[in-house]
Amino acid sequence: MRRSRLSSRLLGRGLAYLVAVLIALWILIPIYLITVAAFSPPDVIYGWPKSLLPKTISLETLLFFINAQYVLPSLWNSVKVALLTLVISLAVGAPAGYALARHIFPGKDIYRIALLSTRAFPVVILSIPLAVTFIKWDLYDTLIAVALLHAAMALPTTILVTSSVFIGVSRELEEAAMIFGCNRVQAFIRVALPLALPGLAASAIFTFVLSWNEVFAATILTLQNRTLPARMFVQLAASPVPFRFAGGFFILVPALLFMFFIRRYLFSLWGITLK
Amino acid sequence: MRLKRFNLEPYVLLLPSTLYLLLFFAWPMFKAFQLAFQTDDGLLTTAYLERMFSDAMFLAALGSTVKLIIAIVPLQFLLALVMALLIMERLRGSDMFVYIYSIPLAISDLAAGIIWFSIFTERGYLNSFLHNLGILDKPFLFLNYQTNWPFVAIVLAEVWRATSIVFVILVAGLQSIPRDYIEAAEVFGAGWFARVWRVILPLLRPSIQTALILRTILAVQVFAVVVAIAGRGTTVLANEAYRWYSEYRNPHLAATYAMFILLISLSSAFIYLRTLRVKEEMVL
Repeated sequence: MRRSRLSSRLLGRGLAYLVAVLIALWILIPIYLITVAAFSPPDVIYGWPKSLLPKTISLETLLFFINAQYVLPSLWNSVKVALLTLVISLAVGAPAGYALARHIFPGKDIYRIALLSTRAFPVVILSIPLAVTFIKWDLYDTLIAVALLHAAMALPTTILVTSSVFIGVSRELEEAAMIFGCNRVQAFIRVALPLALPGLAASAIFTFVLSWNEVFAATILTLQNRTLPARMFVQLAASPVPFRFAGGFFILVPALLFMFFIRRYLFSLWGITLK
Repeated sequence: MRLKRFNLEPYVLLLPSTLYLLLFFAWPMFKAFQLAFQTDDGLLTTAYLERMFSDAMFLAALGSTVKLIIAIVPLQFLLALVMALLIMERLRGSDMFVYIYSIPLAISDLAAGIIWFSIFTERGYLNSFLHNLGILDKPFLFLNYQTNWPFVAIVLAEVWRATSIVFVILVAGLQSIPRDYIEAAEVFGAGWFARVWRVILPLLRPSIQTALILRTILAVQVFAVVVAIAGRGTTVLANEAYRWYSEYRNPHLAATYAMFILLISLSSAFIYLRTLRVKEEMVL
């Protein structure tokens, strides 16, 4: 009796392992395949049947992509937009996060609910009217316009994340600094800010990735000065297949790397504890 | 006791973000409404609305958007639930599984679309794989718009890319359920299914609600994945908004589509809030 229960437990665990591994493969295999494609020469990409293993590794396809006329300028645009986005959203959002973390005040709940409800508003409905407005403001087709909108999209998350970062920084430390003669602002800059820095950096990276990945708003708000994903999207149908594969790989890698570096931080912010 | 002085600091700190959100969230919303219901001369009109409803692509776009939501959201929920429950089994290496399962959070919809295009395209990896197995001798045209395969490819790409966010929300929710509850059920003889069905799922309701609302709202705006995989063969609402703005240069119609997308988002959120109503005492 006992023994059969034990063996059914073992069986259950084995089954759980199997399913866990299968799901991991389901996530990893497509990433593997696009990597193989990006490192295959164009004639292999056009060929059929393709080998699922990297038979001939070559940089030809990736170089073909990188050397295409628009790629480097729009890559540079993407970086500028993403950096601008994270500066704006931290500058505007971090003070609010700090206020939510440190203070109890009338209106706090309404503010939080308003923040959360912004998630219900699709980017489509922000982009189109803003494009019309930006034409009037002479901001249309500028990187600032894209960054302003990306920052609006990132802001609610930035505020909630920075508030949980500042909750993690004990307020007693700030109070101690004030007892030792710092004023309010000095106490924040000298004590709370350095302690919050890793968390703020993680939040900034998250914002960077959001902006780096965003296609719709970036496409609507620009014509000439496009970010890389926007440019790729517009030209997708006219792009040769190896070009698409290399491009997909190219926008994938930085996002994966950034997320890898901040993964532990993100999990703790989302309330996931690892063993 | 001394009356506490009114503290201005939080309001000063909240001011920039409030202004920013008013300027770049509330105001565009108002402008979208204006664009959709007002002519350039400032007259109120339902002409754009009627034009959208009578547009040849409208029903197709609405149909495929709704079909995608119906196919994607339940699949994602089930898969994410399985993934989250597996993590709770505390298998060896479960940290690594958490990391792998959350990788797609970093993947853009365009990249995901391209990746799944590389799998489903005529000379793609799926055809090659089936050939290597000896099932196919020549490539099968999966992305032929007259078949259901482009739809299947889009669903798979979206499930692949966007299940992680549901997973993350469910794991966080599961970890906040006290283990005693689950162990108590086990002591009283509840099997695995009974534990999941009677203890875990009811306690998980707030997280489930959040996850479903978020995912449905994101699925209503599905865009780059569809275009990257199916090209012009399949259209969705966001794609129509994009086309009206970028190709036909008609911001009014584009804004009308955007309003329509917003309406679907809000009403689906409302339906979830109603049907999965979270009673106060259930919030742990």
